[in-house]
Amino acid sequence: MAINDIYQAVLRFDKSGMAGLVQVELDAGTDIASLLNEGLIAALDEVGDRFSRGELFIPEMLQAAQAAQQGLDILKPLLTETNSRSAGTVVIGTVKGDLHDIGKSLVKMMLKGAGFQVVDLGVDVPLERFVRAVEENRADIIALSALLTTTMPAMGEAVAAFRGNGSRVKVMVGGAPVTEAFAERIGADGYAGDASQAVSLARSLMAG
Amino acid sequence: MIIVGELINASRKPVAAPLEAGDREAVARLARDQIAAGADYVDVNAGLFEDREAELLCWLVEVVQAAVQAPCSLDSPNPEAIEAALSVHRGTPMINSISLEKDRWELLLPLLRGTGARVVALCMSDEGMPRTCDQRLAIAERLVEGLTGAGIPLENIYLDPLVQPVSTNTACGLELLEAVEGIMKRWPGVHTLCGMSNISFGLPGRKRINETFLVMAVSRGLDGAILDPLDRRTAAALATAEMLAGRDDFCARYLEAFRAGLLADR
Repeated sequence: MAINDIYQAVLRFDKSGMAGLVQVELDAGTDIASLLNEGLIAALDEVGDRFSRGELFIPEMLQAAQAAQQGLDILKPLLTETNSRSAGTVVIGTVKGDLHDIGKSLVKMMLKGAGFQVVDLGVDVPLERFVRAVEENRADIIALSALLTTTMPAMGEAVAAFRGNGSRVKVMVGGAPVTEAFAERIGADGYAGDASQAVSLARSLMAG
Repeated sequence: MIIVGELINASRKPVAAPLEAGDREAVARLARDQIAAGADYVDVNAGLFEDREAELLCWLVEVVQAAVQAPCSLDSPNPEAIEAALSVHRGTPMINSISLEKDRWELLLPLLRGTGARVVALCMSDEGMPRTCDQRLAIAERLVEGLTGAGIPLENIYLDPLVQPVSTNTACGLELLEAVEGIMKRWPGVHTLCGMSNISFGLPGRKRINETFLVMAVSRGLDGAILDPLDRRTAAALATAEMLAGRDDFCARYLEAFRAGLLADR
């Protein structure tokens, strides 16, 4: 089961061996979409599950993502319209007045690993930039991060702006002080407590 | 070493409930316990209640100061809340915190002038979070210049070099330690103060990491920390580290901790 080699390489964080393994599969004519979905993405899903269960920790999740990235770098240029469909497009950023980027970057990394197109606007992002990026990229989802109680209200303003302008973009929120209850109160479409939950949430928002 | 007791923070459940219910005794008890355990300042934070922050912060100051003879650390990035809390605080508080971020700097600095307050200054600017020791020192320099230029003596400045999670970048611990040492050597008389717990984000065994990192930072010159003073293991580690760093004449505080039973294995 050759695709399983790729899957296992992600789970043992094999950054240096990944490119070789992927090339072997390509030379053997293995289907690119299967390599991607059943190899790399499925393995990162498993990593996310183990992370959620407290069996793996952030440094290990980072290594797994880096290993998967080595494979993605080879597969990406070979993907065509027919054998790959992006899982969706996400615009992500930390809201205005807030300079924290660690949690946001972890979420971005896992979303990319799950096959989403991710547009990262960085930190301290004013609402207008979010609005413009959603339009320009025809984003399906906007993911907002805030680490300060003082900057959380910007999330509510963003939800109001997107609802007000008739945009159909789904809004997901996260960050240390953010809670499920807060997300509900401001009318966001979902809350994720960590990078792994963010992937599940993004998928369910795409399905819904 | 200046210890700021961190427990009266509205984002903690045992505080949020009393704060909403106006339960003075629950808050007073937290203040008394922390001071009895050796805290120099009682941190008060009402940030969870965005729209009522100023009012609730004042209430916390009033309840804490009715319970203990000690100053508060007024913990908010919000100038309005700080201004209100300053007006009800008795004695000389600590302001936690200012930073180089433009809005925060311009609105908070005028409030600090002439109050004699101690100031926690975050090594953070509009350019974002510092990653390296050098970036921290560059921001620290602008903070020290700006604050002393506004008449705040070096002795009242507590630079916070911002602890970041070692789980996301293995260099985070060392860069922070180097920054502490760099700051303490460059501006004799200034202080450094950190919250340690961010170092262990994303890893198991967090308490052990926090405690070990605190000891390592004390060895580099850290002389302030915001932490849970009721945690006996931390208190024991801190007393031992300060003695070993040559900051405990005749090992007096270490022996005091020993006699108080603080060093006993449980």
